[in-house]
Amino acid sequence: MLSIKNLKASVEGKEILKGLNLEVNAGEVHAIMGPNGSGKSTLASVLTGKEAYDVTGGQALFEGKDLLDLSPEDRAREGVFLAFQYPVEIPGVSNINFLKTALNEIRAYKGLPNLEAKEFLKLLKEKQKLLEFDAALANRSLNEGFSGGEKKRNEIFQLAMLDPKLAILDETDSGLDIDALRIVSRGVNKLRNGKNSFIIITHYQRLLEYIVPDFVHVLYKGQIVKSGTKELALELEEKGYDWLKEDSHETEAAEILLPR
Amino acid sequence: MEHRTTQINSTLYDQCIADYEVRSPLFAAEAPEVVAARAQAIEQFKQLGFPSTKVEDWKYTNLVPVLKENFELEQDAEVLTVAEALLAQAKIDLLDCYRIVLVNGKYRADLSEVPAVEGLFLSSLSDAADRPAFKQHFGKYIDLSKFHFAAANTALFRNGLFIDVKRNTVVEKPLHLIHVATAGAPTYFQPRQLFVVGTSASISVIESYVTDGAPVFVNNVAEIVVQENAQMQHFYIQAGDANARYVHHTEVYQQANSQYNNYKASFPGTSLWRNNMNIALDGENVESHLYGLYLAGGHQLVDNHTIVDHRKPHCNSNELYKGVMKDESAGVFNGKIFVRKDAQKTNAFQQNNNMLLGKKAVVDSKPQLEIFADDVKCSHGSTMGQFNPEALFYLKSRGIGDEKARALLVHAFAYDVTEKIPIPEVQSHINALIDQGLK
Repeated sequence: MLSIKNLKASVEGKEILKGLNLEVNAGEVHAIMGPNGSGKSTLASVLTGKEAYDVTGGQALFEGKDLLDLSPEDRAREGVFLAFQYPVEIPGVSNINFLKTALNEIRAYKGLPNLEAKEFLKLLKEKQKLLEFDAALANRSLNEGFSGGEKKRNEIFQLAMLDPKLAILDETDSGLDIDALRIVSRGVNKLRNGKNSFIIITHYQRLLEYIVPDFVHVLYKGQIVKSGTKELALELEEKGYDWLKEDSHETEAAEILLPR
Repeated sequence: MEHRTTQINSTLYDQCIADYEVRSPLFAAEAPEVVAARAQAIEQFKQLGFPSTKVEDWKYTNLVPVLKENFELEQDAEVLTVAEALLAQAKIDLLDCYRIVLVNGKYRADLSEVPAVEGLFLSSLSDAADRPAFKQHFGKYIDLSKFHFAAANTALFRNGLFIDVKRNTVVEKPLHLIHVATAGAPTYFQPRQLFVVGTSASISVIESYVTDGAPVFVNNVAEIVVQENAQMQHFYIQAGDANARYVHHTEVYQQANSQYNNYKASFPGTSLWRNNMNIALDGENVESHLYGLYLAGGHQLVDNHTIVDHRKPHCNSNELYKGVMKDESAGVFNGKIFVRKDAQKTNAFQQNNNMLLGKKAVVDSKPQLEIFADDVKCSHGSTMGQFNPEALFYLKSRGIGDEKARALLVHAFAYDVTEKIPIPEVQSHINALIDQGLK
């Protein structure tokens, strides 16, 4: 579904991603972990087309299409979704109007007619119920005055409504208390259907107890330095990242010493 | 003469002076109140002339290019035919209202639905001369020594509309006034209105503006009296094409316990909108709300000058003007609040927020407070901003295209004003005009 090859990206001239490779197949859950500044959020931003980032090399194919060539809105319409680490508050845009506009824009891209008001409401209710999402929140202005937890839940609610093929969760667990974390994770688990894929970006293994990944990758200095299964996350939790840093230094040193 | 630098020399000025000389023998047939007002006003106008940018209140609005275009002063109006399609431009979908049509200021009963409401009287200004409310209020409230165009209008107006809402009369359906401006050659018009909302009466008046591409310069004056315990909801929907220029003066005089709410929205098209909106709160427990939304585009200049004059204690006023500036448009906001010595326990708030979308768009914003009482709550503020790139990216990341995302953010910005519009059909109409204006 998603095939990232040797991806390099920089922000304000500083290279953050330094040749990243990742393969995500339909139905898989991948966790990306790594210390601060390793490039986790940059990866999410580059994949969704945030302006401040320059792609300087490599490629990212999404279902065979060059994702990096598409506008942010077309990436979303193709089925890529980002649950933001810091969702934006937009007073004056109602959550519902926003969702209806987004859904219809995606449908128009696929050549489908606008959703009838009745069908839209039905879908809204169904997803609200599925995610235990408060109807009062759905009726408010987009994220305006929401608590940190409510914002994150709203991201997952949008995810449910838009039903993307690939969802990238950027530190969705940050700032959540244990109850909110449970609710959010339960929501994500309910949305898994064997066809859609998830990339879960996180600092902590805690989230992965609730959303169990098929693969865990460690991102360090803009590259994936180690991949494994969910046990890797536990190992990281126990040992921290330092042992990987040492490994990585060795690799770098080895590369330099290699005769060309 | 020393005052010449504050005036613009123009043939239009000379035409105005000459017109007064020619017509003054005919004025004798008018109500004595009108004759006296005209005589006083022409003297004021002779002193003031058309203002140059040396006049503080006209600092950012240069009329020289407009006056260079050699507008001819309006003459006795013939009855013009007006295409229904032109009137349809102002139509507000689904709104149940009385349609009142004014062509170049002239009330056209033949195109209007005359409301058959007990206690509501509506006629041309010239047919109102004998009405007590007309005699009592005509020309009483504007300080002509400060308002150049109001002086010219008072001296020389030809056509106008009079609305008298009698004591205790509640007009259920809104009146929708459609002002049509049309002419063969470039013409300067000076329409006038007087609305008197009697004690404990209530009315909603929506005023829309349409033009047909003719070069027109309209100097409109509206006098509005809201008597004790009366209520008025007043809407201005200002649109037109680039050949149209408007200087529009609204003078509101409020008595005790009355409420006056004004909702003004202007859209791209007309080259110039200069609005003077003055409100005098001349009784206790008066409430006034001024909501303004200006969406400007092209080379349009939209200039809103407001004065809120708190004269008596225990009154509340709230003013919120929001501007969205596209292309190379220019905006001016000048809001004055006066709180006079007697006006203790005043609450007066004013806010002007602007969103600049065009790289060459400009806004000059000047909030002013002058407070002579010591027990009041007043505030004012002004902001300038642009699209929030984070918000734009957030919307796009959900599949919403650039144009729609920007429109959503403009609606969101305007929402503080649009949500206040109490008639849902008018609200939808204005939201649709925002969408249209953004294209």
